[in-house]
Amino acid sequence: MNKTLQYLIWFLVAVIGASAVGGIALHRGESINALWFVAAAVCVFAIAYRFYAAWIAAKVLMVDASRATPAERLDNGRDYVPTNKWVVFGHHFAAIAGPGPLVGPTLAAQFGYLPGTLWILVGAVLGGAVQDMVTLFLSTRRNGRSLGQMARDELGPVGGFAALIGTFTIMVILIAVLGLVVVNAMKHSAWATSTVAATIPIAMIVGIYMRHLRPGRVLEASVLGVILLLLSVFGGGYIDHHPYLSSLFNHDGLTLAWWVIAYGFAAAILPVWLLLAPRDYLSTFMKLGTIFLLAVAIILLQPEVKMPALTQFIDGTGPIFGGSLFPFVFITIACGAVSGFHALIASGTTPKLIANESDIRMIGYGAMLLESFVAVMAMIAATVLDPGVFFAINSPAGVVGKEAADAVATITSWGFPVTVEQMELLAQQMGEATLFARTGGAPSLAVGMASIFGSAFGQHLLALWYHFAIMFEAIFILTTLDAGTRVGRFMLQDMLGNFWPSMGRTSWYPSVLLTSAIVVAGWGYFLYIGVIDPNGGVNILWPLFGISNQLLAAIALSVGTGILIKSGRLKHVWVTLLPLSWLVIVTSTAAWEKITSTDVRVGFLAAANDMSAKLAAGVLPPEKAAVAPQLIFNQQLDAVLTLFFVVVLWIVILDMLRVSYRSLAGKPVRPSVETPHVQTALDSSWVRD
Amino acid sequence: MLSSLRQYLGRCWRFLRQVSGDDAYERYLQCYGKNQVAHQHQQPPLSREEFFQLWQQEKWDGVKRCC
Repeated sequence: MNKTLQYLIWFLVAVIGASAVGGIALHRGESINALWFVAAAVCVFAIAYRFYAAWIAAKVLMVDASRATPAERLDNGRDYVPTNKWVVFGHHFAAIAGPGPLVGPTLAAQFGYLPGTLWILVGAVLGGAVQDMVTLFLSTRRNGRSLGQMARDELGPVGGFAALIGTFTIMVILIAVLGLVVVNAMKHSAWATSTVAATIPIAMIVGIYMRHLRPGRVLEASVLGVILLLLSVFGGGYIDHHPYLSSLFNHDGLTLAWWVIAYGFAAAILPVWLLLAPRDYLSTFMKLGTIFLLAVAIILLQPEVKMPALTQFIDGTGPIFGGSLFPFVFITIACGAVSGFHALIASGTTPKLIANESDIRMIGYGAMLLESFVAVMAMIAATVLDPGVFFAINSPAGVVGKEAADAVATITSWGFPVTVEQMELLAQQMGEATLFARTGGAPSLAVGMASIFGSAFGQHLLALWYHFAIMFEAIFILTTLDAGTRVGRFMLQDMLGNFWPSMGRTSWYPSVLLTSAIVVAGWGYFLYIGVIDPNGGVNILWPLFGISNQLLAAIALSVGTGILIKSGRLKHVWVTLLPLSWLVIVTSTAAWEKITSTDVRVGFLAAANDMSAKLAAGVLPPEKAAVAPQLIFNQQLDAVLTLFFVVVLWIVILDMLRVSYRSLAGKPVRPSVETPHVQTALDSSWVRD
Repeated sequence: MLSSLRQYLGRCWRFLRQVSGDDAYERYLQCYGKNQVAHQHQQPPLSREEFFQLWQQEKWDGVKRCC
């Protein structure tokens, strides 16, 4: 009876899920209710988790609940600690869910709601969640070794080096593009800038409280910080209306970019307790709270999605970024579907906390599904806007024209009607001077979130909701920026230490200053170029970020595939080989197009040549001619960088194939470094209740 | 009814403290006490302030936040 009931429930979930996915795929009316998206995601993820993930855990990975985990064997009360699975889930989710799943779907909405949504659902179930779970499992079986170490141990030094270089470059590009998102959100907005600036002293107050006033009282300090953050949103409104104070915070993009660069350097050399650690607590609480609020608001309000299922921009002419649906939707939405970066977390802190191997499915696979759910909500928030408004906010001036009248005329001519008055009214409601050409995804997401929150919890507070949403995005983008710069610094210190031993000492101040400066200069350069680029910078930086992130995912899946083959599980190797093959196809095609395309909005070299020709012919206006040489050099540099990524990708793939072939042919390969079985002695009920 | 609600709220509170790291020092002391028999530590346990400083330093010594 019980069994029959279970079958019936899962059958119902399958029917509802199939109807919801079919509904959003086939619907071609004026608008479609956002609840369909929620229903599709919940049902698809539930079935994937219950059946696919359980099958992988049992049959492919063969998780063993009787085996002692590193947390149990190496328990030291600090980094190796057997921990309740819900607590580990919370840590892991907070670590993997950054701004990526919010920005990517917003940008990909230019193709319509359908391609991005389907890729998020399918990519997460068959790719991203599998990658996270497999990497977490492999690292847990290897005392919590990092992805780079596992690549070196299992594939060889080539794979290890590729992982190291991949991680470093992805970090530089990621920070630059996220910096650009924040700069575009703060541009000429005293309210946004002052609120974001206030998060710095607030984090410091919380840091001093936790370090000196009440050491280790994390919850008290966080409550204090969250209250101060909310007050800073109100305070920003006051500053915005004050003639003198608002002039202090009203800046153009370039000035703000220099501020972000200076901040990044300061954050990297300040002690972690003062800025990074307290900011992270605040951003985690804000993130979880806001995402929960957004989910509640969407379910309560059931907003209508107004974007069509597909737009004409699937042909590659989209204003937000150039490039056709295939392969660019798969590059644009990396986080939320498959994100290689997660493999670094899944082979970092998390495996050192897992109390029992049977928790791996929930933490590895489950946390990724939740992140994808966040991506679906971001897609909803972007597509509930009128498409005309969405494109007016996200299209750079270089594409639709600098004047408001030109921009609305161009966007309306695409079949997405919008008027100057409509945009002015919206900007006024949101407390901003203008919402035209606010590229990067954060402002349009904030408008979407503000209109959802406004309808659910009070329309008269739209400006407050908008700036709350901007602050919420900025606070964890800045956390990623701080943490990423610091990680880049450690990696650089490690590399330089091979040639000059004192540079390898992480606390030697000259080394700290020099390596921090190099890392900041690296991402600062791309941020600077992104800001001066009249096409918005996002068009260049986001695809580079997507390609590098998918490269890292391909490395993680190659390590997984290699180990599955080496350990005699050829029959099931398709579990990692399938997403790996897809990523290789997508990444290689995208890289090929970014290098060779003759479309100036897609091909880096085509853009460089086009601008060189225009510069030589003297047809560029003086302000553009002044920056043209830098933009030309940057496009060429981006082409080289893309080529580098794809070469690294293929080196790893060929290395994995070499190891797999040798293993299958019975030739000697590097032995597996899996730790031997030790029976668990942990009465795990205390951590697993 | 009321006691089970209190029990439930207590569990939520303990979970919140653990997930945020609010009780990390208490857990460390527990672990220290448990291991004292096996290892016979020569040093006394770290103070709350020292522990928190070390814990935070170690926590940020690697990739801890993602995109």
